[in-house]
Amino acid sequence: MSTPALELTGLKKSFGKAEIIRGIDLSIGKAERHAIIGPNGAGKSTLFNLITARFAPTSGTVKLHGENLAGLEPFQINRKGLSRSFQITNIFPAMTVFENVRCALLWAQGYKYSFWHLVNQKRDLTEGAEAILDQINLLERRNLPAGTLSYAEQRALEIGITIAGGADVIMLDEPTAGMSNTETDYITDLILKVTAGKTLIMVEHDMGVVFGLADRISVLVYGEIIATGKPADVRADARVQEAYLGAALEAEH
Amino acid sequence: MTDQITTDPTKALERMRAGSMTLTLAPWLIAIVVLVFLPMVFTNNSALTIMNQMSITIVFALAYNMLLGQGGMLSFGHAVYAGVGGFACMHIMNMSDFFETIPLVILPIFGGLFGMGLAMIVGSFSTRSAGTVFAMISLGVGELIAACSVIIVAFFGGEEGISGDRTYANPFFGIEFLQQIEVYYLTIAWLVISAALMYLWSRTPVGRMANAVRDNPERAEFLGYSSRWVRYYSFVASGFFCGIAGGLFAINYEILTEENLNTTSSGVILLVTFLGGVGFFFGPIIGAIAFTLLQTVLSLSTELWAFYAGVLFVATVMFFPGGLAGLLMMHVPVFKLGKAHRLVMPYLKTLLPGAIGLLGLAALVEMTFHFRHAAPGDEEMTIFWTTFNSHDVLPWVIALAITVIGLGITKATAPALKEAWNEANTAGGAS
Repeated sequence: MSTPALELTGLKKSFGKAEIIRGIDLSIGKAERHAIIGPNGAGKSTLFNLITARFAPTSGTVKLHGENLAGLEPFQINRKGLSRSFQITNIFPAMTVFENVRCALLWAQGYKYSFWHLVNQKRDLTEGAEAILDQINLLERRNLPAGTLSYAEQRALEIGITIAGGADVIMLDEPTAGMSNTETDYITDLILKVTAGKTLIMVEHDMGVVFGLADRISVLVYGEIIATGKPADVRADARVQEAYLGAALEAEH
Repeated sequence: MTDQITTDPTKALERMRAGSMTLTLAPWLIAIVVLVFLPMVFTNNSALTIMNQMSITIVFALAYNMLLGQGGMLSFGHAVYAGVGGFACMHIMNMSDFFETIPLVILPIFGGLFGMGLAMIVGSFSTRSAGTVFAMISLGVGELIAACSVIIVAFFGGEEGISGDRTYANPFFGIEFLQQIEVYYLTIAWLVISAALMYLWSRTPVGRMANAVRDNPERAEFLGYSSRWVRYYSFVASGFFCGIAGGLFAINYEILTEENLNTTSSGVILLVTFLGGVGFFFGPIIGAIAFTLLQTVLSLSTELWAFYAGVLFVATVMFFPGGLAGLLMMHVPVFKLGKAHRLVMPYLKTLLPGAIGLLGLAALVEMTFHFRHAAPGDEEMTIFWTTFNSHDVLPWVIALAITVIGLGITKATAPALKEAWNEANTAGGAS
């Protein structure tokens, strides 16, 4: 636990006059499963977008394995081993399920922008993609266009794409949003399985999933983290109870 | 790939792959055989000219589709990459000391390199984004270079263009390319090579990612790929093959003018590609064949060919956005279900009257054109092997009746065709 996998220092983001992220310090250790919870509009997705350089921060730094990510493009950050999924399913809907996963493997397997390899003849790509499909239980859907899959399957596929590149820091943005209970259980098991040994950072509304998966939880309210700690501690925290969790837990029952 | 077939434990899988390999190779072999024997069927020189033009258009359209179909980039000024490649080849033809030392067959490579060079420069700023920005830059650059043709006279030759003589090249196994047929075989050789290379390109990592970036550039970025660089590589490769097409044009016509650069030519290649269908690799090939036939054969019989081409284009955009290739591929599921025969009669019932109705409509258009634009006193006209006076009433009545009845039958039988289509696309049922 010498260098944290991900370290945020004084991270701020304003859109015009509106301060959305108001100074976040957070350190997430290697192989930790960290959940970020908070009410709607707290800035959870914005925080994700700042970390992955979809937006540039107004101030503050993001460090991945001790390395400052300032000024890097999303694709450069991805190459450093950080991969993410999106709140709204973000896949290649016109391509087959298999192709979706294979595209996610290309850079990581070192094919880069090459035009002297034929992808169909690369066993490492075919077998690698099939192994991922097996993990996310979509092997039977292999040749269907990804856009024709059910919602839960598309979410599973997106998780597959996210982990395929072998990134060691995985960020999932509301992976179970809009799912039935059965589907939620299925995706939760899947996340546990595919992120074993990796650092996982997820935004999630479902408290069952959060308390079942996370080693530590951060509560984000109005752009600030009001508590970070083990699930039990966070649950007991008075400020959290007041700001968010009480209402959220009541809603569960 | 073949070296693993015998020893591997996953033999069945390999055999499957080898099977799909022959399946992908078959259309190519058939195409090559057809191309080689085509001049024995169509022996006259004008047919050869048409086939040469077709081949050049195919290379150009396939190269254009590397951007439009595979990369999702709409270029309005793509003629300049072919044009500049062609002009470069003309200049090489005119550098007699150098030209005498090289065989003519390698000349298109120089066209390709110049097209690629220009694409490398323009692409460096135009591929930053796709969509409207890219389209506008392509239009601007296209106009700019077309305008240069009268400014930089040394390279573009002003209004007369640049002409040369291909036969000054070093004879290639004794062939001097004096005959049209020799040029034909040179052209189709380059057609096959270019088409094969472009097809293989679409199967490489950068080719696959071009599709990915087209569909979802943001997702591609979060998979480690810079969508800008992916677009750039597609753009440069497209520039190369456009330049090849330009070089083939130079060899065939031995002259290049401003026409090879202007927006009309850029528009035509967009039309050709879209007509054929951008969604499939072979779409532009069909488009190029269909368009060249319209342009050459139809223009022999009517001055209004461009009007018909325009109508066809609008109809394609509105009703068949998948183009001719999309229309063909729509039928694959029907064939897989073994129900194609059930569509024959409904098609005949609907499309035959429709075609006759459209011919009637074309007759009306032609008659109107003749009525308005023929020289005074020239009242006699001939269409569909019939000669009549365009100022009489009867021909108008007949043409109108054919149009109304033909299209009327089509309209009446269309629901039955739709039903048959739906039925044919559903598995099961008595056959």
